[in-house]
Amino acid sequence: MSWITNFLTSSIGRKLIMSLTGLFLIQFLLVHLIGNLQLLVDDGGEKFNLYAQFMTTNPIIKATSILLYSGIVLHIIQGLLIWKQNSGSRNTRYAVSKNPNVDFASKNMGWLGTIILVFLILHLWQFWFKMKFGTMDMIPYEGVEVKNLYALVAATFKNPFYVIAYVIGMIVVGLHLKHGFQSSFQTLGLNHKKYTPLIKGLGSIYSILVPLGFAIIPIYFYFFR
Amino acid sequence: MKLTLKIWKQANNKTAGKFETYPVEADEHMSFLEMLDVLNESLLTEKKEPVVFEHDCREGICGSCSMVINGQPHGPNKGTTACQLHMRSFKDGQTITIEPWRAKAFPIVKDLVVDRSAFDRIIQAGGYISVNTGQAQDGNAIPIEKGLASEAMDAATCIGCGACVAACPNASAMLFTSAKVSHLGLMPQGEVEHTKRVQSMVTQMDTEGFGNCSNVGVCEAECPKGISIENIARMNRQYIGSVFGSATKVEKA
Repeated sequence: MSWITNFLTSSIGRKLIMSLTGLFLIQFLLVHLIGNLQLLVDDGGEKFNLYAQFMTTNPIIKATSILLYSGIVLHIIQGLLIWKQNSGSRNTRYAVSKNPNVDFASKNMGWLGTIILVFLILHLWQFWFKMKFGTMDMIPYEGVEVKNLYALVAATFKNPFYVIAYVIGMIVVGLHLKHGFQSSFQTLGLNHKKYTPLIKGLGSIYSILVPLGFAIIPIYFYFFR
Repeated sequence: MKLTLKIWKQANNKTAGKFETYPVEADEHMSFLEMLDVLNESLLTEKKEPVVFEHDCREGICGSCSMVINGQPHGPNKGTTACQLHMRSFKDGQTITIEPWRAKAFPIVKDLVVDRSAFDRIIQAGGYISVNTGQAQDGNAIPIEKGLASEAMDAATCIGCGACVAACPNASAMLFTSAKVSHLGLMPQGEVEHTKRVQSMVTQMDTEGFGNCSNVGVCEAECPKGISIENIARMNRQYIGSVFGSATKVEKA
């Protein structure tokens, strides 16, 4: 094996891929949230629909989205490989197991990730798939016909089942982020007496605020639209 | 004090094991191992097979008294090995469950004894400093900053007991390996070989079948010597740095 494949299949190499793709997805969440918060603007969806039109047609965004899809796929594949390897590292489980002060999320990243994947499939099927391949209602803005994604979002979140699914999805994302954020820095070797408390604090805030921001959208549409 | 012990009994790595229950009368001043001695003494007089467990120094520095007591490696007290744990930490009438380290890389020899030679092989892969024999040089000839020396010393307190592996949900040996990589690599004498050392030791660690680190941190909490996971971060960056920043190539065995 060459040195590079050797590295990529080593435990630290695998974790490095998890860390880098994870950090990439973490920053994507913030960008995605800022864009989506335009749904809360009270203009009948004009701002959001024009934004959605830009995001699906701009060549630079299109190119970046390929990077995003590969990031997600790589994170999933690598995560499953690590999960499989880890679950095979102990034949007999302990009869009694007591872990003091251990973050629940840190031990269940695989399960949390699986729930997120199920949520992601639902989310993509509802919006992304319909936007790309489905037939959408059109709405004209200054003479230009644009797909009315806003109307689809509003209709979707009138269903209480989806609102609950999205809120649960965001709680799980929050837990996944709570561990993932600070863990990705540790994997990169960035553990420092001065900066680590700052990273952990920032991670905790991020893992609450970002999922909360997303969760507000379905709740807002269900109750106030 | 009267206690009920539930101890894992297993003849060898090829047969299945199961828990056996033993009543034992102990004194609160006894160490945990002395309590097990009392149990074995009585089992021997009854012509029954004693419980096999590993022990050596009984002063917390050899790292051989490996056992999981009520779900925690080396028992409930922080920063202690099983031999330094005293029966006053338990209540009269309590049931205590004792299990061996459970990891694929640590096969069971008998009962509570596991084969930890995987750790030896990690050390053999690079956990040493190559020096010319001859007269020892003047200790003060190489100036070393106190903070650095302390950091290396903290890592060097690892006794290789394997509690980190036992506690880790993934049975990962990252804390052990990183402590060894750190205590040698932080010193100028060890720094010379450190690019090769970190790659060799990590490669050997992976070969042994330990799990991957999930940064859970339970290893640090259960380590009888309080080795910090800062060492794991150091090994991560040194490994990544060595693979991409040096010409050193280490092949998998």
